Order: sequence, then structure tokens, then C-alpha cells
Amino acid sequence: MRDVAVVAFTQSPSKRREKMLNDTEIVIPVIDELKKSTNLKNEDMDFVCSGSSDYLAGAPFAFVMGLDAVGAWPPVSESHVEMDGAWALYEAWAKIQMGYAEVALVYGFGKPSMGDLPLTMALQFDPYIQTPLWPDAVSIAALQARLCLEGGALTEREMAEAASRDRKNAKDNPYAQVKGDFSPEQILSEPYIANPLRKHDCSPISDGASAILLVAGERAKDYCERPAWIKGIHHICEPLDMNVRDLTRSRSTEMAAEKAGVGQGAVDVAELAAPFSHQEVLVERALGIGAETNVNPSGGAMAGNPMMAVGLSRIGEAAKRIWDGSAGRAVAHATSGPCLQQNLVCVLEGN
Amino acid sequence: MSDEAKDEVVKVIQTPVQLEYIYSAGKSASRFLRAMKEGKLIGQRCPVDGRVYFPSRGSCPMHGVPIEGEPVELEDKGTLVTFSIVRIPAEAVPLPVPFVTVQVLLDGADTILMHLLGNCNVEDVHMGMRVKAAWKPKEEWEESVANILYFEPLDEPDADYDSYKEHI
Repeated sequence: MRDVAVVAFTQSPSKRREKMLNDTEIVIPVIDELKKSTNLKNEDMDFVCSGSSDYLAGAPFAFVMGLDAVGAWPPVSESHVEMDGAWALYEAWAKIQMGYAEVALVYGFGKPSMGDLPLTMALQFDPYIQTPLWPDAVSIAALQARLCLEGGALTEREMAEAASRDRKNAKDNPYAQVKGDFSPEQILSEPYIANPLRKHDCSPISDGASAILLVAGERAKDYCERPAWIKGIHHICEPLDMNVRDLTRSRSTEMAAEKAGVGQGAVDVAELAAPFSHQEVLVERALGIGAETNVNPSGGAMAGNPMMAVGLSRIGEAAKRIWDGSAGRAVAHATSGPCLQQNLVCVLEGN
Repeated sequence: MSDEAKDEVVKVIQTPVQLEYIYSAGKSASRFLRAMKEGKLIGQRCPVDGRVYFPSRGSCPMHGVPIEGEPVELEDKGTLVTFSIVRIPAEAVPLPVPFVTVQVLLDGADTILMHLLGNCNVEDVHMGMRVKAAWKPKEEWEESVANILYFEPLDEPDADYDSYKEHI
């Protein structure tokens, strides 16, 4: 395995609706800031990889315009995943492992406010049987939460505590969209929007983008005093059909965590991309992290959920804690598909 | 259900998918389109090498840097860089066949505009021709490139090949 580090991270503020800018214009300042902060020139990059979704943009090949933010002349070695940018980072990491690159730019972006996100998400399902019923994302998550509550896997109080923590932590995050002091009691006294989910159990809908620079070996120190080394990264997928999965735990997160080596040391910080409070509790458990871990110091996906960038941002937020020395070992999580279908786990260390 | 029906494969089902999107043209394209409504052609200068992009856009796609400076207003005339004589009718094209599709390098711009050529015999079309925009009547102007109906020949000598060769 080659040593690969996260050396830079930039992001846009998460916004419910970015009225003026199109999705490329959301990415432009994010990549510009990344390049300026690292003095990165296009000729320094061996590989560029992005994550976005044409379903959010409502146009085919919409991601190609995103390359305008990178600059592709002379032509660049480039790839794209129709997934969160965290999977683009995985592809870039694999490319570096294979010896095809040393320096890779990764970015993710989405402007879900252009459409009706809960309905757009219904297109993730099987097109013959499930999608014709238009199962919206909040209702589907509520069904999972109900299973967890009735089966005794978790309590509404645990969900409210997770949401309360995220909202509070986000107060220190200038990029967060939803923040503030909301006690678990206060949250539990609020009405349901899709029983058993309350508004605070759901992440916001966010427009936004983020970018990360990966560098292999000693060169990482040219860009960053204390690089965040990727010690393990893995992703695992479960079947799309939710009938055959155990929805009261996240088996794929458990397996990805095991493969990434989460349990091989203490975890100081964990950044989670679960978009609903009950899912956050399930992911926390699946990672096997305990009270010694500072979970979601940024507020996580619950504080800002820019689709296709939120998972990549978790890796960036975790890396930030390594760079500033507040964490020696950090874990980042990204998810994709309905009810935590697919999960990625990344372990970062300062040494 | 008869045995025959049981064995029959369902060949067609209808599951209409309709999603509505509200687009924003974006900051840069909005400025360009608003100017079009006024009959103005707006480009923007790359801060790295000074090339002028037309239409204006948010970043330089070559250098990957934001373009934030003042817009550059261009004249509505330029040089025909390349062309094709089309003999297949196209519903969206308001000209009879054969019509001519062209790429025009507006004076002062460094990127080419795709458009149509009118008021010209197809035998006379050639690279380097000087052309000018033929606009729709002013009262029909919208936020659209289609405010220009087509380009038409200018009574000027051809442009020197060197002046447009890098745009071929």
C-alpha cells in the first residue's frame, strides 16, 4: 500500500437554495480556493475525479460542465462517478495505489434545490415495482425508523440526542445550514412530520460543493505540515431491495469499518454522513465507536447535506482535525442509496 | 387465468416519470442573456492570458480560474471561421434548404459562436468572409441568442487567414 494523504479541503456553505449560481458556479470558488491555498497548478495534478448526479441537475452529462471549474486545457486525466464525491476520492486513491497518479483533485457537487429531492430520490428504486409508487425519501426513512423503534433497536430519545448534538456542534461550523441549541426534550416535544420522524430527525436539503486534494508519499508534506494519512478506506454495498436487508443495523458499515481497520485504535473524531438521526445512531454503532469519540464536530450531514458532496466533506472535516492536531486518529463515513444501502468508511491518522 | 396467459411475458408497462426542475442560468449566463435582450453582446476576459470568452461565463475552462472582471462589449460583426452547407431541412432552423451553418469569430472575441448564414448564395460562402448579425425586430428581443436571426455578408475584404487561424 502506498501512503496517501488528504492535504487540503475546501467547501461552500450549505444553502437551502442557491438562487443566483448554477451548479458549476457553486464549484468554481471551491476549487479556486483549494488551488490558491495549496499553490496548486493544473500541471501538478495527475488525476481529477468528481462525484455528482445528473438526476439532481435534470440534464444528461451535466457533470461535464463541472470541469470548467477545474480547467481542462491542456487536457486532463479525468473520471466521474454518479455518486457522492467520497466514492470519487476512493477512485482517486485506487488510481494512486496502482501507480498512475501522485496528486489527485477530487470534488463533489449538487444543487438539489432545482428539483423535489425526496421525489428525485424515489428514482433510486427498482423501476418496475417500487418507483411507480413514488416512495419519497422521508417516508422510506420513517419506515426504517419505525422498524428500529418497534424492534427495540433504538429509542426516540436516542434519535433526539443525536440530532441535538449535531445542531449544537454545528454552531461552530460556518458552513453549516442548521444549527442551534435544541435540547432532546425540546425536540421530543415537537410534532412528527413522518411518524416517527420529526423535523429535527431529518437532514436539511442543501446546495453545495466540496473539494479535496490527495497527495502520495513524502510530497504530501509539501502541501501540508501534518498530512492526514489514509490508513484504511473501504466501501460495501447491500441489495437495493430493502426486504432482504436487516434495516435495524448497518451491516455494510460494520464490514467496511472492519476492512478499513476502524477498531485497530482509539477513534478521536468521527464524521458521519447519515441523513437521518436514527441512521446516525445505527452508523455510530456499526463503526463500534464509543464515548471517547467526538462524533460530528462539524454537525455532520444533519447540519448540512449537499447531495454528492456531503460524504466527501466528512472526509475533509475529519482531516481538518488531524491537521490542527486536535485528533490523532479520525474516521469519516459516507453513504449512498436508500436507508444506508451502501457505505464507505475512511480512517485517517496524523502519523 | 388460462395457462397460456400465465406463460405470457409482460412486455409493456407504463410507469410515467415526471420531475420538475427550476433552473437558474447562473450569474454569468444571466448577465449575458440580460444584455442580449438589450441587443448587446457581452464577453469576459480570462485573467490569466486575457483571451475574451463569448458568451461570458463564470470561469476560464482552460485555466480553471474564476472570471470576475468587468464584461467586454463586442460588436455584432466578425469573421466566418468555418461553415457547412446543409441540405437536410431542420425544424428549428428558420431558413429554407440549402442553408449554411457557420462559426463566427466576433471582432475582439477569442471564442467562436455557432450560428446560421443568410442573405448569401451558398456558392459564395467561404472561410474568412466578413459577416454581420441580422437581428430580429427590436420589439421581439428576448433573453436569447435567437435575437440574432442569422449572420449575413459584409461588404468588406476577407480577413487575413492569420487573424483567425488559431480558431480553426
